[in-house]
Amino acid sequence: MEKEQFYYDNKIVKMFLWATILWGVVGMLVGLLVALLFVFPGLLEFAGADNAISWLSFGRLRPLHTNAVIFAFVGNGIFLGIYYSTQRLLKARMFNDVLSRIHFWGWQAIIVAAAVTLPLGLTSSKEYAELEWPIDIMVVLIWVVFGINLIGTILKRRQRHIYVAIWFYIATLITIAVLYIFNNLEMPVSAFKSYSVYSGVQDALVQWWYGHNAVAFFLTTPVLGLMYYFVPKVANRPVYSYRLSIIHFWTLIFLYIWAGPHHLLYTALPEWAQNLGTVFSIMLIFPSWGGMINGLLTLRGAWDKVRENPVLKFFVVAITGYGMATFEGPMLSFKNLNAIGHYTDWIVGHVHIGALAWNGFMVAGIVYWLAEKLWKTPLYSKKLANTHFWLGTMGILFYAIPLYIAGFTQALMWKEFNPDGTLVYGNFLETVTEVIPMYAMRAIGGTLYLTGFVLLAINIIKTAKAGSTVEDELAEAAPLKKISGKRIAGEGWHTWLERRTVLFTILTTIAILIGGLVEIVPLILVKSNIPTIESVKPYTPLELEGRDIYIREGCNNCHSQMIRPFRSEVERYGEYSKAGEYVYDFPFLWGSRRTGPDVHRVGGKYNDNWHFNHMMDPRSTSPGSIMPRYSWLIKNDMNASNLESKMEGLVKLGVPYSPERISSAKQELLAQAKQVEENLRQDPEFVKNYGSSNIQNKEIVALIAYLQRLGTDIKANKTALK
Amino acid sequence: MLKFIKHNLEGIDGVEIYPIISLLLFFIVFVTMIVFVFKLPKGRIDEISQLPLDNDNNKEFNHE
Repeated sequence: MEKEQFYYDNKIVKMFLWATILWGVVGMLVGLLVALLFVFPGLLEFAGADNAISWLSFGRLRPLHTNAVIFAFVGNGIFLGIYYSTQRLLKARMFNDVLSRIHFWGWQAIIVAAAVTLPLGLTSSKEYAELEWPIDIMVVLIWVVFGINLIGTILKRRQRHIYVAIWFYIATLITIAVLYIFNNLEMPVSAFKSYSVYSGVQDALVQWWYGHNAVAFFLTTPVLGLMYYFVPKVANRPVYSYRLSIIHFWTLIFLYIWAGPHHLLYTALPEWAQNLGTVFSIMLIFPSWGGMINGLLTLRGAWDKVRENPVLKFFVVAITGYGMATFEGPMLSFKNLNAIGHYTDWIVGHVHIGALAWNGFMVAGIVYWLAEKLWKTPLYSKKLANTHFWLGTMGILFYAIPLYIAGFTQALMWKEFNPDGTLVYGNFLETVTEVIPMYAMRAIGGTLYLTGFVLLAINIIKTAKAGSTVEDELAEAAPLKKISGKRIAGEGWHTWLERRTVLFTILTTIAILIGGLVEIVPLILVKSNIPTIESVKPYTPLELEGRDIYIREGCNNCHSQMIRPFRSEVERYGEYSKAGEYVYDFPFLWGSRRTGPDVHRVGGKYNDNWHFNHMMDPRSTSPGSIMPRYSWLIKNDMNASNLESKMEGLVKLGVPYSPERISSAKQELLAQAKQVEENLRQDPEFVKNYGSSNIQNKEIVALIAYLQRLGTDIKANKTALK
Repeated sequence: MLKFIKHNLEGIDGVEIYPIISLLLFFIVFVTMIVFVFKLPKGRIDEISQLPLDNDNNKEFNHE
C-alpha cells in the first residue's frame, strides 16, 4: 500500500507545554501562599491591619488555588499529553489546526477569567465548580471544540486499532461533559450571580456526585491514558498486560461513576444484596490497583533504566502515589475511619498525594521526556531534573505526613471528653493552635515541591533555547484500507471493537450513563422525601444578602454548616442538623473542612457586637485565631440593587416569596438593618468608635443578620420536628 | 458526611431497586468481560500492545 506523508502538529503540543509550566508555577505559588496564611494570618495585610485587602483573603484565594492546580496545571498537562500521543497513536495530524488553537486559547481565557473572578468573590461556592455561569458556558463550548477535534482525529486515523490510551481520552471527554452540565445547572440572577437549581440535601448529593467523579474523570482517567502511552514509550517495552488494561478501562468507567454515592443506598438493601455490595466494594480495588500494577510491571526488567532515567523515576513515584491514594479512598469510606477523617486535614493530605504525586509527577515526567522530542536536543541538565525529583519527593512527604498527624490530632481532640461529660477541649481554638506546627511543616513541604518545579521550568527553557525550532514533524503511514465492519476470522471481540470507534464511543457513553442514571434518579426523587419542618422559613431579604456575602467571601472553605449526630458534636455545637433545615439553601453550604468551628447553630450564640468585633479583628474576641480580618465589610456599602431579581429567581426555584413581599423587599431589608444597628449601639465601645458612621448601610449588617439566623428556625417550634 | 442524610433516600418508594439493578448490571458486565478478555487471541494482543512503540518515524529524535 502506498504510504502517505503528513506532518504531526508539534506547535500545539509546545503551546500546552508552556501553559502547563506557567500555570503550574502560579497554582503552586497560590497554594504556598494559602498554606502560609495558616501560620501567619496577617501575612497579606499590606495596607495595615484595618485595611485588609478583600481579594487576598483566604476564602477567595483557596478556590483560586484548587482551580488553578486542577484545571490550569493538570488540565493543560493532560491536553499536552493528549495532543502529542493521539497524533502518534492514530498516525494522523490533529483533525483541524484552527480547532486546536481555539481549544488552546479558549482554555487559557477560561483560566484567566477564573483567576480574575474568583479573587473578586464571584463564585457559586460549589467546590471545584466555583466558576460563575458565564464562565461555565465558556467551559462547555471549549470542551465541545476539544471533543470535535479529538473525535475528528480518530475518524481520519491511519491506524486501524485505537490503543487503550485513546479509550481513556474518549471516556474523559464524554463523562466530564455530562458531569459538568448536571452539577452547574443554575439560575442566573445577574451578569455574575446565579443560584444552584438544587437546594440543601439534593444540592449536596449532586455536588459530591460531581466532586467524586471530577476526581475520577479529570484527574484520573486522562492521566491513566497518558500512563498507558508514555510509560511503555519511555521504558521502550509494551504494557505489562493488555488484557488487564481492558478490564481496567471498563471496570473503571463503569464502576467509578456510581461508586461513591452508590453507598448511600446500601442501608436500604435486603441482606443478599448487602453481601453482594460488600464484594462489589472490594472489587473497586480492581480498576485502580489493576492499573497501578499494570503501570509498574511495565517496567519489569527495566529497573536499571529507572536508576538512570529521571523520567522513569517520576513515573514510578507517580504510579505509587496513585496506588496510595486509591487505597486510602476506599479506607476513608469506612464508617469509623470517615468519622475521624471527615472535616480534618487528613482529607487535605489525601488529595495532595493525588495531586502532587500522581498528577504532578506524571506531568513532570512527560514534560521532561517531551522536551527532548519536541526540541530535538538532549535535556539541558539531567542533574537538575534529578534534583527536582528529590526535592519533589521530599516535598510530598513533608506535605502529607504532617497533615495526617494534624488530622488525627484534631479529630481526637474534638472527641475527647472529661469524666464529668464535658469536652476536654471545649474551645475549638485549642484544637487549631495545637496543629499550627504541622501547618508550618506543610508549608515547608510545599516550598520544596514548588522549588523543584521551578527547576523544571528553568531546565525546559534552557533546553528549548538550545534546541531546534522546527514546529511540524514529518511522518508517513499508509491510509486505512476498507475492511468489513463485521468481525473477521481470528479477530477477538474487543480487538474488533477497537476499530469500530463510533460503536466504542457509544458503548462508553452507555456505560457511564447507566451509572449516572442509577445515581441521578434517586437524587431527583429525594426532594419530595425531605421531611418538612414547619418552622423553617425562607431567608429575609437582609439575610439573603448576608448569605450571598458569606458565599462571596468563601466562608464555607473553613466553616461547615453540618453538625453530625455524634455526642461530641452535639455537645460542642448544639442539636445535630436536620435535612429539612436546608430546603431554602440555594446552594447548600455544608463545607468540607473545619479549619474553624461549625457555624450551623451559631445564630443567637453571641450578640451582634461580638460578630462585629470578630469580623473586624478575629484575634480581639478569639486570641490565637487564624481567621482573616474582614475590615472591608465595615467600609463597603451594601449593594442590594439585585435584591428583587434574586428573590424572583428563587421563587422560580420554589422558594415561597409572595409578590407583595418582593415588591416591599427593600423596606423590609432597611427595617431589619436598622434593628441590627440599634443592637450594635447598645455597646458604648461601638458608639465611641463607629457611632458617627451609618453602619446600617454596610455589608457587615447583612452578614450579622444571616449568621444570627443560622440554625435558629427549629428552635422556634420544636414540636414540628419529626 | 453524606451518610447522615441517606435515610432520606430510603424513604423513596421502591428505591431498593436502584442499587440492586446496578449491582446485577455490574456483576453481569464484569463477569462477561473477564470471560471474553481471557478468550482473546494472544497474537493480536501482542501486536496491539506494541502500538505506542511503533516508531516508523525515524526522523524523531531519540536519545537512547
